[in-house]
Amino acid sequence: MAIDRSTVESVAHLARLSISEDEVRQTTEQITAIMGLIDEMQAVDTNGIDPLAHPLDAVQRLRADEVTESNQREKLQNNAPATEDGLFLVPKVIE
Amino acid sequence: MQWEAVIGLEIHVQLATKTKIFSGASTAFGAEANTQACAVDLGLPGTLPVVNDEAINMALKFGLGIDAEINKINVFERKNYFYPDLPKGYQTTQLEKPIVGAGHVDIPQEDGTLHRVRIHHAHLEEDAGKSLHEDFHGMSGIDLNRAGTPLIEIVTEPDMRNAKQAVAFARKLHAIVTTLGICDGEMAQGSMRFDVNVSVRPMGQEELGTRTETKNLNSFKFMERAINKEIERQIELIEDGGTVIQETRLYNGDTDVARSMRSKEEANDYRYFPCPDLLPVVIEDSRLEKLRADMPEMPEARKARFISDLGLGDYDAEVLSGEVTTANYFEASAKAGGDAKLAANWVMGELAKTLNQNDLEIKDSPVSAEVLGGLIARIKDNTISGKIAKQVFEALWKGEGSTADEIIEKKGLKQVTDTGAIEAIIDEVLANNPAQVEQYKAADEAKRGKMVGFFVGQTMKASKGKANPGMVNQLLKKKLG
Repeated sequence: MAIDRSTVESVAHLARLSISEDEVRQTTEQITAIMGLIDEMQAVDTNGIDPLAHPLDAVQRLRADEVTESNQREKLQNNAPATEDGLFLVPKVIE
Repeated sequence: MQWEAVIGLEIHVQLATKTKIFSGASTAFGAEANTQACAVDLGLPGTLPVVNDEAINMALKFGLGIDAEINKINVFERKNYFYPDLPKGYQTTQLEKPIVGAGHVDIPQEDGTLHRVRIHHAHLEEDAGKSLHEDFHGMSGIDLNRAGTPLIEIVTEPDMRNAKQAVAFARKLHAIVTTLGICDGEMAQGSMRFDVNVSVRPMGQEELGTRTETKNLNSFKFMERAINKEIERQIELIEDGGTVIQETRLYNGDTDVARSMRSKEEANDYRYFPCPDLLPVVIEDSRLEKLRADMPEMPEARKARFISDLGLGDYDAEVLSGEVTTANYFEASAKAGGDAKLAANWVMGELAKTLNQNDLEIKDSPVSAEVLGGLIARIKDNTISGKIAKQVFEALWKGEGSTADEIIEKKGLKQVTDTGAIEAIIDEVLANNPAQVEQYKAADEAKRGKMVGFFVGQTMKASKGKANPGMVNQLLKKKLG
């Protein structure tokens, strides 16, 4: 399966990645190569085999519903470029 | 042309766990911004989610409550999109293998029959944070306390045909989740949020029309209005030669206006994939058995019991079983008062009216179920009349005493059932109204029945409402001859 440049561009947009003209060309080739590998794998007969959601053969461990976290707002917000009244500030979002 | 609306719902239900679905941060409502958002909720690098056991239990209870298939192996996936209140850049949710599969909810219709709404599935996921768009110097404020709150998203089949039906379903669902104790049901706080998918088609047509989605309706009233408005809008649009476009709409309850939020032109491509940070969740049979054994009585069963065991009518039973705090209150007051019918009348009548006037919920009623039961017991044993009971209730509401007995005693409201005392009052009334007595005696039997009412009224008034009305009637007829 060949991947065209418009697919690469739209995936880049969805991932909010800015890529140069050169990178678009390069990435298109690389992904097409990867898709070739996938095509080969698709040829394997997987009848009767359940799809795997995770490579580890284990099940999810669960935790008890008890509060273990305390308020660390000050420390966590040290990291943020802008805060006010305890809120993180971000460029204005309008719906 | 005759049109038919087709309605399906997606409902986000916040689970009543103490902590987040993937972290040990508190989910308590109303905390100061970002004080309940830990490193996991903020999506900081190096953090890993650990699934909350109780969130799994609550989702399973819902599944059992709607008689659904349970997926014993269910998988969390990542739904990728960018929004500032979703710091990880993806929402952890379920898609291919949701915890709850197909089920159903039956809703009563006006003609007394049941209408079945099929549930497509319900999946577990995390809530996002909140964006505040007030002006922070041209920026938006983000509060991530809500981020990571466990949700089940319930998706129905398009099985509803009008707004009333959709609201009846929503109410039933509210009753189910509150009865199960998996959600506090506080819609104004966003604990239950309804997204409504609406399309219209010519009556009799099989094929569905293009649908729109109206998001985040958080009251039954707004839901009904928003649906009716959207149905009208679509019909008008089509009849004027236009076409409905698939879009998301936002309804503002305060202005009763809906506007288009974004069209799905740039089709959402969420690039779901199984979350590599989380292993499949496996539900053991023993867990399901234990949950099944602990299931509370569901609203449907409770309604049936109110009818068969307590002798309520269908309507009363429906209203009183619909919401778990109301149902509990009613049962407690019926038990304390020893009369279910009277309790039903009081809970749906005087209590509901007074709560309404004071804009209070039943759980905040200053008159407890036991105290109301005490009042009902005094009506039942004829200590007070129904009319006096309203006075006692008002006094209880105002906190003038802690029990009905105390108020009856303090205010001297005990009903007079002593024949001699009532006769004395009647004699006085008759002596004061000689003209009416003459008229009564001259009247024929047919008219007398009506005329006796005057004397009953006067006697009750003279006794300050305390005379037993039945006895007054009897004694008056005897005295008037």
